[in-house]
Amino acid sequence: MKKEVVAMLLAGGQGKRLKGLTKTLAKPAVYFGGTYRIIDFPLSNCTHSGIDTVGVLTQYEPLVLHSYIGVGSDWDLDRRGGGVLVLPPHERENGSSWYQGTADAIFRNINFIEQFDPEHVLVLSGDHIYKMDYNKMLRYHKEKDADCTISVINVTRDEATRFGILNTFDDYRIYEFEEKPAEPKSTLASMGIYLFKWHVLKRYLNEDEKQGSSSNDFGKDIIPLMLKSRKQLYAYPFDGYWKDVGTIQSLWESNMDLLCEEPKLNLNDPSWRIYTRSPNQPAEFIAPEAKLRNSMVNEGCIVHGEVNHSILFYGVEVGEGSVITDSVIHPKVKIGRNVRIHKAIVNENVMIRDGAVIGSADSSDIVLVNGEY
Amino acid sequence: MKELVGVINLDDELDQLSELTYFRCGAAVPFAGRYRLIDFVLSNMTGAGIVDIALFVRRKYRSLMDHLGEGKSWDLDRNHGGLFILPPDWNDPTDVSLGDLQHVHNNLDFFNRSSGNSMVHSGSRHISKVDLRKVYEQHIRTGADITLVYKPVSEMRPEYESCVRLDVNERGFVTNIHNEQHHPNIYMEIFVMDKYKYLELVKDCIARGKSHFFHDAIQGGLDHLKIGAYAYTGYHAVINSVESYYASSMELLNREKYEDLFRDNPIRTKIKYEVPTKYLENSNVTGSLVANGCTIEGAIENSILFRSVQVGKGARISNSIIMQKCVIEEDAVLENVIMDKDVRLSRGVTLKGNSIKPFVIAKSSHI
Repeated sequence: MKKEVVAMLLAGGQGKRLKGLTKTLAKPAVYFGGTYRIIDFPLSNCTHSGIDTVGVLTQYEPLVLHSYIGVGSDWDLDRRGGGVLVLPPHERENGSSWYQGTADAIFRNINFIEQFDPEHVLVLSGDHIYKMDYNKMLRYHKEKDADCTISVINVTRDEATRFGILNTFDDYRIYEFEEKPAEPKSTLASMGIYLFKWHVLKRYLNEDEKQGSSSNDFGKDIIPLMLKSRKQLYAYPFDGYWKDVGTIQSLWESNMDLLCEEPKLNLNDPSWRIYTRSPNQPAEFIAPEAKLRNSMVNEGCIVHGEVNHSILFYGVEVGEGSVITDSVIHPKVKIGRNVRIHKAIVNENVMIRDGAVIGSADSSDIVLVNGEY
Repeated sequence: MKELVGVINLDDELDQLSELTYFRCGAAVPFAGRYRLIDFVLSNMTGAGIVDIALFVRRKYRSLMDHLGEGKSWDLDRNHGGLFILPPDWNDPTDVSLGDLQHVHNNLDFFNRSSGNSMVHSGSRHISKVDLRKVYEQHIRTGADITLVYKPVSEMRPEYESCVRLDVNERGFVTNIHNEQHHPNIYMEIFVMDKYKYLELVKDCIARGKSHFFHDAIQGGLDHLKIGAYAYTGYHAVINSVESYYASSMELLNREKYEDLFRDNPIRTKIKYEVPTKYLENSNVTGSLVANGCTIEGAIENSILFRSVQVGKGARISNSIIMQKCVIEEDAVLENVIMDKDVRLSRGVTLKGNSIKPFVIAKSSHI
């Protein structure tokens, strides 16, 4: 069945800097925003953009991710002739090995893509929080007749030193890619979203694989190779909310961003719902003595204590006299009585004993609580 | 559990909840922040592993069908079996059946094709967490023709008035069926019996011009049927009036009751993808149940908020039930109110009901 666009979602990364949160699951499966996992964002974006064929490339600790995605029905991606398919590395005629880099992961699934004979392939990463209409990007890509279009976001000059920066002419045609430049020439940071003409990408994937020294990475190898042979590469400017939640600090910040009165990332937009697997919990129980301020609380929570400027995932219990401030509490955490929690992320299923004190208001560090406390 | 098939028969259930049942049947009435009454019986059936379920409906079933769809949220979207919603599209010219017997006579295919040999028959007004596997086990063990489920209650409530009572002997068999007001054994409108025995009794009732299976076959068969009784002791509520709806809802604000209903075996309902509820700076929510998708700036006490309710700054809500997608504008005041879905209450408006007889506001009004 022919498709105009096939999306390939890179979801094999460990996300080492998320420490204990990614001990048993890949970064795209990390929780966010009181009810989501990171991968819900690109998957929901695909659904809303009318992209109904998505390959999800997994490698590091894939169990949670595989069972979470299932047949994709929560994202309306259980489709005949397409839908979502999880693509872990597999043994082949000439031996077996892991995906070596982002480009290698796509290269080894050329057969998957070819089934749909697509015009374009959209390469996404499962590491970012954002809402984006890929269809608009596709229209831009076709208008420019680009071989590759890379979505970019304007960052400050300071931040630019931490991103992959694209240097472009006035019409957004890219002439250079610089990874974390000390002296950035531009502030257009790559969002890790690439839209390729499939026949062009296929040629470069094959070429790249032949070079033994290549790290088989889109940013480091494929894009520079295409620039060198003067292919038409364009930057697509995006101005919505976009965040790489690669560290405990940035994950915490991104959660806290949701708590302001008019968050830049509106999750309550009926026309662009972020789909997720529903845990099917009863309405949350707010006890007579509870206090809740500037917080998001999910169903299945039982709150007796005080919750200030925090996010509670489903099934969290907060005992009497406990105060939670500036924190993110993952699913099914049981917090005893008279507990104090400040600036922390508490991982799922953790039990916090009566009277425990975690973090402090004065500290700028975010505490990660990963086991019984 | 492949031995059992489920029948949910709504034929008996009158539209007793005034404004809440103007445009929907009782089984489709929203309850406990995110469910509809049908979810409880359906979840008890699927929880017991029942995969063939027939739903007999006669009127006002549009919103029920919208809620159930093909049964996906209950894992009832099956290649074989699953959920069958059976409205009255009956075209047998020789049909002489009456009352709820019509459903059976006109849907014999369901009974003949479903895999189990026994059936559990239920309504939707009694909310419980009854373990139907245990009822079935007792039914088989005692060799009864029929096993009726009842709840022995310790105190009488107004909603029991219309409930059927059972006299049960020391061996656990029913000796009499009546409506004596002070009798504590409340029949929960659930029975288990052999599917073929049921069809035989239905056929017999039709032949004799009868019109009500429970009264004519079970109550009328007391002298020749072996009728077992299963005593259920867990969470139980009867929803057959606005008052009982209100009282049973408010009871869930007690943590013990809340856990009795929700602790084990999750109750499934139609999946929605709402964000967690947002409690803003000026909100003050205490002693309440709140579903997802709400945005709250006002003060709420002792109330139930369904999904996606918006409560503006300075608004005050107490002892009320606010259903899905209602908008309560700034400084509005609600006390003892049941507000059906999609109601908008303008800025500063005050509505007050009585703590026994709440004020019910019909769906989609703008006040």
